[in-house]
Amino acid sequence: MPALRPRLGSSPLLRHLLVALVGGAVALAVLTAVDDFRAGQLAAMAYLGIAAAGLTVLTGLNGQLSLGHGAFMAIGAYTAALFLGDVEPAAPLAVVLLAATAVASLVGLVVGLAAARLHGPYLAGATLALAVAVPGLAIYFGDTLGGEQGLSVRVPEPPAWFADLLFFLTAVDPSRGRFVAYLSWFVLIVVLVLLANLSQSRVGRTWRAVRDHEVAAELAGISLTRARVVAFVVSAATAGLAGALMAMVVRLTAPSGFTLTLSLTLLTAVVLGGLGSLAGALIGAALLTFLPQVVTGIGSDLGLDDVQSAELAPLVYGVVMILVILLAPAGLVGTLQGWRLRRRAAAGPAAPAVPATARPSDPTRPSDPTRPSDPTHPTHPTHPTDKAGRA
Amino acid sequence: MQQLLTTTLTGLVLGAVYAAFALALVMIWRSTRVVNFAQAPMAMLTTYIALVIIEAGHSFWLGFVAALLAGLVLGAVVERVLVRPVEGKGDLNAVILTLGLFIVLHSVAALVFGSRYRSFPAPFGVRGIEVGGTTVALTGFGIFTILAVVVVMGLLVLLFRFTDVGLRMRASAHSPEVARLLGVRVGRMLTLGWALAAVVGSLAGLLIAGGGLVHPGYMDAVVVYGFVAAVLGGLDSPGGAVAGGVLLGLCLSFVSGYLGSELVAMAALLILVAVLLVKPSGLFATTAHRRV
Amino acid sequence: MSPSTPRTTADRWRRRTAAATATVLTCALATACGAGQDRDDAESPADRVGVTDDTIKVGGHFPLTGVAAPGYSEIPSGHQAFYDFVNAEGGVGGREIEFVAKDDAYNPTNTTQVTNELVLSDEIFGMVGGLGTPTHGAAIDFLNDEGVPDLFVSSGSRQWGETPEEYPMTFGWQPDYVIEGKVMGQWIAENMPDARVGLLLQDDDLGADGEAGVREFIDDQIVEVVSYTPSNTDIAPQLAQLQAADVDLVIGFSVPSFTALSQLVALRLGFDPQWMYTNVGSDPSLVGSLLATFSEGAVADGASLLDGVITTEYIPGVDAPEDPWVQLWQRVWDEYGEEGEPLTNYRIYGMSQAYTLVQALQAAGDDLTREGVVAAIEEAGGDFEGPGLAPFRYSADSHLGLSGMRVVQLEGGVGQPLTPVLTSDLGDAEVTEDESAAGDAPPESGIPDVEPVG
Repeated sequence: MPALRPRLGSSPLLRHLLVALVGGAVALAVLTAVDDFRAGQLAAMAYLGIAAAGLTVLTGLNGQLSLGHGAFMAIGAYTAALFLGDVEPAAPLAVVLLAATAVASLVGLVVGLAAARLHGPYLAGATLALAVAVPGLAIYFGDTLGGEQGLSVRVPEPPAWFADLLFFLTAVDPSRGRFVAYLSWFVLIVVLVLLANLSQSRVGRTWRAVRDHEVAAELAGISLTRARVVAFVVSAATAGLAGALMAMVVRLTAPSGFTLTLSLTLLTAVVLGGLGSLAGALIGAALLTFLPQVVTGIGSDLGLDDVQSAELAPLVYGVVMILVILLAPAGLVGTLQGWRLRRRAAAGPAAPAVPATARPSDPTRPSDPTRPSDPTHPTHPTHPTDKAGRA
Repeated sequence: MQQLLTTTLTGLVLGAVYAAFALALVMIWRSTRVVNFAQAPMAMLTTYIALVIIEAGHSFWLGFVAALLAGLVLGAVVERVLVRPVEGKGDLNAVILTLGLFIVLHSVAALVFGSRYRSFPAPFGVRGIEVGGTTVALTGFGIFTILAVVVVMGLLVLLFRFTDVGLRMRASAHSPEVARLLGVRVGRMLTLGWALAAVVGSLAGLLIAGGGLVHPGYMDAVVVYGFVAAVLGGLDSPGGAVAGGVLLGLCLSFVSGYLGSELVAMAALLILVAVLLVKPSGLFATTAHRRV
Repeated sequence: MSPSTPRTTADRWRRRTAAATATVLTCALATACGAGQDRDDAESPADRVGVTDDTIKVGGHFPLTGVAAPGYSEIPSGHQAFYDFVNAEGGVGGREIEFVAKDDAYNPTNTTQVTNELVLSDEIFGMVGGLGTPTHGAAIDFLNDEGVPDLFVSSGSRQWGETPEEYPMTFGWQPDYVIEGKVMGQWIAENMPDARVGLLLQDDDLGADGEAGVREFIDDQIVEVVSYTPSNTDIAPQLAQLQAADVDLVIGFSVPSFTALSQLVALRLGFDPQWMYTNVGSDPSLVGSLLATFSEGAVADGASLLDGVITTEYIPGVDAPEDPWVQLWQRVWDEYGEEGEPLTNYRIYGMSQAYTLVQALQAAGDDLTREGVVAAIEEAGGDFEGPGLAPFRYSADSHLGLSGMRVVQLEGGVGQPLTPVLTSDLGDAEVTEDESAAGDAPPESGIPDVEPVG
């Protein structure tokens, strides 16, 4: 372990940046190649992915279960919508995105302070109520927030340098929708890099220590409340940023866009991909974006009527959720990694893939023995107190 | 004055319904440490079964009993087939599983029964009772609802406190290893716990439906408020669930009547947070909070 | 990343480099393709997207699943039945109408996606009947930016057509909630000038616009206003408030399920004012059937529970089986509708919209373009003879839908007219009698026959 750290771990930033660069190039290529409709879908996938990444950090790394992250997306979206309303000239995009992030962080701070005292189902109950409560405020303050009809969002024109650059690269003038897709993916990659670094930093180790062993963490001088609140704020900020992008993709921010379904969708994305894994969050977001349309299409092809094929999408979606939990409880990424580890373990003694110890008492962690605690962290059977001790 | 009385009575009946739903959640939590989000659609499904029987011309009570029996079977099947593999593997997987089931049951109901509104009959009439010339905002079915919830709570307390089966169920939930050593068939007890919980859930579904409209999503609001009620009371305590339900029902009715119906959800959140900040394990938690 | 021996790490790096190289190559390739694209290709036929020599493709977004699905999910089946009927007779100008209904579950986020899909992937010629105010609000900018006709929005919000200069492609269809409120307000001012009026509003544009219209005439008669949120089905506290204010007349701007609920709660409270409901929520056959089940020991039957309720009417519905329009709809539904499913007012609504679409396509002529159909509706739409009791307001200055309705009172589940057809417009436009469109009857064939404009 000490031998490995310097080589792989000394410059995680560099490694993450390299992966991000490659990812960015792929995203650019794909976004350029696909038609406008797919670009729109990819934009949706990007904001879902951002929010899911924030949630996976909270739930996977810090062990706090939130059923209400849709509320933070709503807060980000409404902040952005207030900036991007009919007021001309609209504020610079960076300002809008930062403002949405900041407002969501503030609310996240308040909620996080309360949440830090709650555990397991009690936290789930509180966040569930949050998800349902926030959209009601938009109706109560209808004069400012547009009520049930919502606030329409003017998608900003792409800045000239961006349009020129893109035209230089692809010979196509980006439509506004496509510009938002590029923007969303850019933000997604930035967020993933930041979160990946954060989770490998001292802060991330603190979060894991708090998740795995409160007492040990406390003994090591970690403030449990502080660690939990910081994790909550980071997660809420991420969701707020995602909400701002969502407002631009949807072109409208209305209470009916932030039903409980949205919050549960995020959680589903996180679990489908693999709890605690950023790559998993992205995969989950992709599944949720593309699956319904494909299934509805199949339904129509099978000769079902419109209503039946529309109902088929949630049916298949639900069945997939159940099957993943039953057959691959560590999520898609976790299962793949476990499978790879097992294969390597079988190949030779060089790779000591000893299963992590199961902790059935931990409410948020499946005890699948093959499941690594998270992808950015060595799967060594490090005892939790080790980590806490080092942190 | 009449407005005050109406709002109170409405809140009381509403609270009874939340309480029934919370009771079902508490039972499952006690037996398997799982929060069952699929409780609402399971109850929705059994309510549709009752509706089909009633619409076929049979008596309301036949449909009523059939729905409860269907709940019993559905609860047992769900536990055996779906929940068993994830038991003991942490909250989150079970939560996602029940959410998946939530979505599936919704779609199945929409496909099988259609998604239009249907009215669900109520015995004992839907008019308020007249007392001394003024109508009191309480129907016969409303009284039945309150009584039913009180009786069910009493039965549950009796079951858990004073019967052998209840003791075994509690033992299986709290320390399955020890229970097994003592010869308790833990698996069966867990199945029984889910089955009984689903019966109570089905009852809640029928009570909500009675005298109202039914469609595949008619229980959705109850998912949130029933859960909040259960958490308010402390997930371990049947009495707490009922108290939490009634408290929530009353508060929400007053918020709706005097402040505005769009603030109801926010009020539920504030009540919940306020209570939990003072008592992090709910009002009536019977066991010390286990640090995990 | 997993720890491993130096050998496997080196392996991993090699693999990664290969992947990166491949990506860069893909990227370069895609770029090359992009650069090679012929820009003219994409532009020229934009005005004729969705039209071939023998087909016209249209589509709409509807809540086929979710909380708004009950009732509203039937509207597209009405559309489909009428298009099947028209197609069997040879279509419009030799072109068959293909209709695509997409589910948005009444969630604007989904509406954006399905609208993108309809326009960019299915390549529809125009949207028809897109349903809902917040949902369609997410689609309107995109449709207008792309120049896609956005015809006959299924909602009475005034945004669909009030500002054609801002949204040139968007047309409303049903009378907006404001003029309905005005028609109701004027009737009350004339017939119940001393009544204490209470409003029961859904907390969206239905309630807000309706209230604005009513207040044009009886602002001083309104003594109490309460609103409900559709997600909260318990409205007893709201009705208790109206009861406490001692109102004689309650105007409900509510959807059908809440109309039924308000009647049930009123029974529970012993609250018995004169009731008046918006057309949106008063469908007597639907609400009556919902209430019928509660008849045991309470009331004789569901429809009679609604006896005396005042509402408005702008197209004939299933309660008027003798009406020639309803007979046409019944004929079409029996032949082309879904088997075993009854004709409902939602399906009639869909068929009536479909009828107007066929008229618009006929008016646009055989040389069908997106701009052309908009111009045709602006020019000829005001004279379309259809099931609407009042004429459309379509012109270059207004894209708002039907201009009026009549006030009716329900007796035995049938609307008995209390007034002639009354028309109006937004703002302080007067409410006037206009029976000019009320006598329209469908042509023998059942298929409209509109002359092409120009």
